[in-house]
Amino acid sequence: MNTATNMLNHLTDLTISPRLAKNLRRNIKERIIEFILMLAALSAVFTTFSIVAILLYESFGFFKTVSLVEFFTGTEWTPLFEDAHYGIMPLISGTLTTSLVALALAVPVGTIAAIYLSEFASHKTREITKPILELLVGVPTIAFGYFALLFVTPLLQKIYPDLPGFNMLSAGLVMGVMIVPYIASVAEDAMRAVPMSMREGSYAMGATRFQTALRVVTPAATSGIVAAYILAVSRAVGETMVVAVAAGQQPTLTFNPIDGAATITAYIVQVAMGDLPHGSIGYQSIFAAGLVLFAMTLCFNLIGHVVRKKYREQY
Amino acid sequence: MAQQDSQGTSPPAHASTLGNLTAVREMIQRHKRSDIVFASIGLLALMLGLLTLLTLFIDLVMDGYPRFNLQFFSDYPSRRAGSAGLLSAWVGSVLVMSITFLTAVPVGVGAAVYLEEYAPKNWFSDLIEINVSNLAGVPSIIYGLLALGLFVYGLGLGQSIVTAGLTLGLLILPIVIVSTREAIRGIPVAIREAAYAVGATKWQVVSDHVVKYSQGGILTGVIIGMSRAIGETAPIITIGALTFIAFLPPSPITEVAPYLNFEWLSSGFTVLPIQMFNWLSRPDHAFHTNAAATGAIIIVVTLLMNGTAIYLRYQIRKNIKW
Amino acid sequence: MVTTSTPLKAESKNLNFYYSNGHQALKSVNMPIYENKITALIGPSGCGKSTFLRCFNRMHDLYPGNKYEGQIVMHPDNTNILAAGVDPIEVRMRISMVFQKPNPFPKTIFENVAYGLRVRDEKNKRVVADKVEEALKGASLWNEVKDRLDDLAFNLSGGQQQRLCIARALATDPEIMLFDEPTSALDPIATANIEELMDELRGKLTILVVTHNMQQAARISDYTAYMYLGEMMEYGDTDTIFTRPVRKETEDYITGKFG
Repeated sequence: MNTATNMLNHLTDLTISPRLAKNLRRNIKERIIEFILMLAALSAVFTTFSIVAILLYESFGFFKTVSLVEFFTGTEWTPLFEDAHYGIMPLISGTLTTSLVALALAVPVGTIAAIYLSEFASHKTREITKPILELLVGVPTIAFGYFALLFVTPLLQKIYPDLPGFNMLSAGLVMGVMIVPYIASVAEDAMRAVPMSMREGSYAMGATRFQTALRVVTPAATSGIVAAYILAVSRAVGETMVVAVAAGQQPTLTFNPIDGAATITAYIVQVAMGDLPHGSIGYQSIFAAGLVLFAMTLCFNLIGHVVRKKYREQY
Repeated sequence: MAQQDSQGTSPPAHASTLGNLTAVREMIQRHKRSDIVFASIGLLALMLGLLTLLTLFIDLVMDGYPRFNLQFFSDYPSRRAGSAGLLSAWVGSVLVMSITFLTAVPVGVGAAVYLEEYAPKNWFSDLIEINVSNLAGVPSIIYGLLALGLFVYGLGLGQSIVTAGLTLGLLILPIVIVSTREAIRGIPVAIREAAYAVGATKWQVVSDHVVKYSQGGILTGVIIGMSRAIGETAPIITIGALTFIAFLPPSPITEVAPYLNFEWLSSGFTVLPIQMFNWLSRPDHAFHTNAAATGAIIIVVTLLMNGTAIYLRYQIRKNIKW
Repeated sequence: MVTTSTPLKAESKNLNFYYSNGHQALKSVNMPIYENKITALIGPSGCGKSTFLRCFNRMHDLYPGNKYEGQIVMHPDNTNILAAGVDPIEVRMRISMVFQKPNPFPKTIFENVAYGLRVRDEKNKRVVADKVEEALKGASLWNEVKDRLDDLAFNLSGGQQQRLCIARALATDPEIMLFDEPTSALDPIATANIEELMDELRGKLTILVVTHNMQQAARISDYTAYMYLGEMMEYGDTDTIFTRPVRKETEDYITGKFG
């Protein structure tokens, strides 16, 4: 069965038996298959490499024209205007504001849902609700964009009539609802990893479910819950369609959720919708914006995974 | 351990609970009320998502109601909202999905098989693993930028069906890999050993047993991945596919030999979510009706697919034989 | 010796217990528990001794489908703590428990001991601090931790963690303390410390202890019960059980011929 041995046989004994020849053919076939499978696995490495390469390559062209100082400190982002400015801050402020609104909703709701699922819900409730949460994750984001623009915004305008048609508040809120299942499932995962003996210790002292959940399980699962939040930030930052549809496309340096403003993702969509010549500064600008976005999500994802790994090792 | 300080302890004041039983009971009742209050809030928090989804769906159906007829599926997009339809969009979706399926499934399953069955546990397999889990967290619009730089201009594939299909294929690759690996891990070592014991080669063990018995789990992952791809909008917009498409790509099947035609691969296209976004971003409200109808259709399709996948997984878990 | 003058603290009467899978883990167990004495439960693994112990603070209620039949009556108030109308939380406030493996909470040393008081809504800081100190002294841990009460409990050694768990259970003045093989996860020195501590608690507190170690039962307990396959085989004062057991099975187990 060993290729090397067979190869050796092949070399030393040129008149090999049909049986050995069959073995040899079989081994070569096995090696070829293994190689093809390895190529398939390498596609993941290839994809990451290509993403980084393309973002860097096109951004490099961009930064030949635009200085890094202007890029990171400028307060105006108007690459497509006659009077072009290339300060990324307005896009970052839009991205952060929508993400913060989303988290302001998703963190409490997701955490409470996680505690409920892990500590209160019966086995049956959990069996029913978890698939529903999964279904929610599967809903295309463009549908949520429609909902934010044509349902949530008009609804909020009834309460606050001065709210503009495009605003970061409703986009952020809808994005928050989208992220809830994600926080709930990662945080619940962390809570379920807390050993039963710790809960028993608390119940044995006469604690109720709520006391046990709040005073023992949640602190014990802190790192996992924090990981859920960090991974959720990454989701919010990278979310595109809801903000592109509902938050507006005007890059504005503001942290006020009532305003409309473009996020990094919304800007990329806006430019891609137009007809920009390949190689122009406008074309390159979406790659520079994309590079910033990629770096942000990569950071959050890495931190999130490290923190998450910590609780997995803990118990 | 005979420490002196332990002598300072007074005997525990026994029956401190017993002595205040009424007060203790009241306290317990109070605590249990917070249990109930929290449980209700928790249930509400859980339901928020479901309620939103319901509201969203009802909203879409009510807004899009006038367009639910066969005409909507057989009309091309038009400048007049009332006669605009989804024909090019759903045909485009089907064609793009077929490319996505044909790339993501073999590559994803192959990668998973390699990682589970072949890869030595060293820096090399670690590198691949880190990449897979990292890719799962990359925003979809970044895949769009990758496709724009690599497929559209780098390889000169243009804003075509094959570009879109490959892009979405890369996007769902991590989903297929992760679920396939999970399914493969569920196959006990004993099955593999039994196959090896009768003289099977590694590939025979993998293809005749490991992959075969994990089919259900693999299928679950593929369906979830495909349903994600159907609804993806951002990467397709990014490759520049948001254009007015009032034609169908050349048919893949022809009447004359060799009966197959691959021109459709390089054809321009539109897909359902793009068509929806297109209509949604028009100021004319009449088009919003079309967008709502399209949204309802996309939701039904993705929910059906996800529901099938979840049901399938539930069945597999229930009928696990080992 | 079992004398009628020793007051009863609790009593198990015809106690049957069924796990949710239908397995009957206890079969009509009758046993007295005397006040301020240490009662040891011995027997081979799976004999039901831990199951029996966990009935006393209704730990089995945490898992759906488990079922009790019969009674555990607490004295002097004659409450059947297994009765449907009795709140398990109330039972646990009267009877505390120390587990097989130390299970401190992810909190400071101080907050671990104060936990029971927090759960009981004790707001007075002075009272909490005094109780914590008293409990830590009672668990012979005060001298080792008094300068680092704000350290995380996880930083203590295994033996210290177990004494911390004892202090946690002591801080709420329980009427009975349950010990579920409290030294099985500890090294010999830590085990000796715990045994010494239990010896100090004798006469102040009613203790029920499950142990797989017969020497330990002989050293620390006043009364011993031998259980086998969910049944109470023999019960008596420790000296008698270890020197003149009535039943052959008990003698075989104690002398190591079986088990």
